Amino acid sequence: MNRRQLIASVAAMTTISLALPGWAQEDPLKVGFIYVGPVSDGGWTYQHDQGRLAVEAEFGDRVETTYLENVPEGVDAERALTQLALAGNDVIYATSFGYMDAVINVAAKFPDIKFEHNTGYKRTENVGTYDGRFYEGRAVTGTIAGRMTQSNKIGYIATFPIPEVIQGINSAYIHAKKVNPDVEMRVVWAYTWFDPAKEADAANALMAEGVDVILQHTNSTAPLAQLQQQGKIGFGQASDMASFAPSPRVSSVYNNWGAHYVKSVGRVLDGTWQPEGVWGGIGDGIVAIGEITDAVPAEVKAEAESLRDKIAAGEYHPFTGPLNKADGSAWLADGQTATDEELSGMNFFVEGITAELPQ
Amino acid sequence: MIDPVALFLLLLSASTPILFAALGELVVERAGVLNLGVEGMMIVGALSGFATAYYSGDAFLGFAVAALAGALVALPFAILTQFLMSNQVASGLALTLFGLGLAALFGKPVEGVRAPIMSVGPLGLNWIVWLGLAMVPAVWWFLNRSRAGLILRGVGENHDAAHALGYDVRRVRLAAIAFGGAMAGIGGAFISVATVLQWTEGMTAGAGWIALAIVVFSNWTAVGVLAGAWLFGGVTVLQLRLQAAGVRVPVQLLSMAPYLATIIVLVAISARQKFSRRAGGAAPGSLGQDFHALR
Repeated sequence: MNRRQLIASVAAMTTISLALPGWAQEDPLKVGFIYVGPVSDGGWTYQHDQGRLAVEAEFGDRVETTYLENVPEGVDAERALTQLALAGNDVIYATSFGYMDAVINVAAKFPDIKFEHNTGYKRTENVGTYDGRFYEGRAVTGTIAGRMTQSNKIGYIATFPIPEVIQGINSAYIHAKKVNPDVEMRVVWAYTWFDPAKEADAANALMAEGVDVILQHTNSTAPLAQLQQQGKIGFGQASDMASFAPSPRVSSVYNNWGAHYVKSVGRVLDGTWQPEGVWGGIGDGIVAIGEITDAVPAEVKAEAESLRDKIAAGEYHPFTGPLNKADGSAWLADGQTATDEELSGMNFFVEGITAELPQ
Repeated sequence: MIDPVALFLLLLSASTPILFAALGELVVERAGVLNLGVEGMMIVGALSGFATAYYSGDAFLGFAVAALAGALVALPFAILTQFLMSNQVASGLALTLFGLGLAALFGKPVEGVRAPIMSVGPLGLNWIVWLGLAMVPAVWWFLNRSRAGLILRGVGENHDAAHALGYDVRRVRLAAIAFGGAMAGIGGAFISVATVLQWTEGMTAGAGWIALAIVVFSNWTAVGVLAGAWLFGGVTVLQLRLQAAGVRVPVQLLSMAPYLATIIVLVAISARQKFSRRAGGAAPGSLGQDFHALR
């Protein structure tokens, strides 16, 4: 085929496809994902992939999904996003905070493609964001931790001092303290989202300090493995970690991104998609509480479940006053709840947490 | 406030993976070979050890298979560098990438399942921790007191001279590389079988690179490797322990402490070497050089 024929046939194809819009609609909607880790991580990326599978299950032949895993944040992300855009994807989900600038740059070059960025805050005409209110889940696990601790020392393996993590620590502490006024919280900053060896060391350091219930923000099962060896308990994080149930994993807070992906893809399909900032919690189904096992007494389980249901129904906000900041200054008055703006910029511990907060 | 004995016990567990990998790499480098594939051999050991422990229910069998798998995956590196004269740095890096990819591929069936809990030895420490400690005097004795160790060091110091004396340079190096692979495999399996009890892609998270640094840090001695592993593991454990105890020290300072301590000691060692008789420190004379027998 020479060049003239090529041009002619491309032109003909274009004319046909323009003339017969029905054809175009027969094509499945192409949905692309980029993942920061491997699907096998059993945590963050695994849950996003479960969300992708939920989209396939929901829409069947009407969608075609692809994903690129292990995409490093930074320049590589821009290349991966461009690759997905050129491959004809109609909507692309970028599932890590560090992809933010790459998403904005690539989205500007492909104005007809819809982008959604997970955990970010920059939005444009074709870029929306979505995130989970993980602190709602931590209110429930914090309650269980406060009831279950015998040493009155609970531990938290934290990742980086960013608002999402600080919200989680505060929420867990507030609710543990509510059911157990003597509770003390120990915090260890691991400065990693995923490093099994270091997470195990952190769990051991906490237990050596007398901690007997550990909440983790890091994504591996290493802390649970260490907890089991010493007969202490903890919670699944990011994914359900059910293989460690019924104990040491007595419950979990996991990310059910499928709830968002199905809704979002549905809107793209029926043409009502808008670039929004979605921040969904237990009520929206994005944050889920894993089964509370029999290792927890029935009344504690009932208490935790009722708190979960109240949060889901919007009857209770985990950050409800009176609450003071760790430095003793007043934050929320009696009955006042924190605004989303305050939460998304949270950079302080609440009163009672004596741990160091890196600034 | 912080019980030093308890801290020491934590340190012993925390430093075990890098201790194994670094002892293996020490022998490899003393034979004159620079194998940068430690991370790749560790992750292959982590997967094969985990899969064996899971399917057989026997964690110790897992470690044996991990050692075998680590040695096997090092074999292509040995053939490339010793028989086909490939560049050792490039081949070693390729081994790391190959190992990571291979383990990710074959790890799919064992994702999400759990290994059996291992029985522990004296002082509540895993038997493999004790094995690692026992390997230190064993490697020291082999390198400094045995005839085979003397030959291995000779090959590493000057492979042409060793060849002229009639020693089979390639066979010695092949054995050293296999040993290094086996040790790295056990180190990797310690992470998956004894620490995390699950398989996850990339779970060694850079431990192999720390092991490589510790060999330099050790000045190519077994005791130095132990000191390096303990220093790195110890400062890591100590900083987490200080945080857990609620000591008001800036967290950033604590987090960088292990790396800072490593750099300070490296500087101290090189400053001392600068004034010692032997230029270049204790690095084996033929380290990283290709050997091609002309006669």
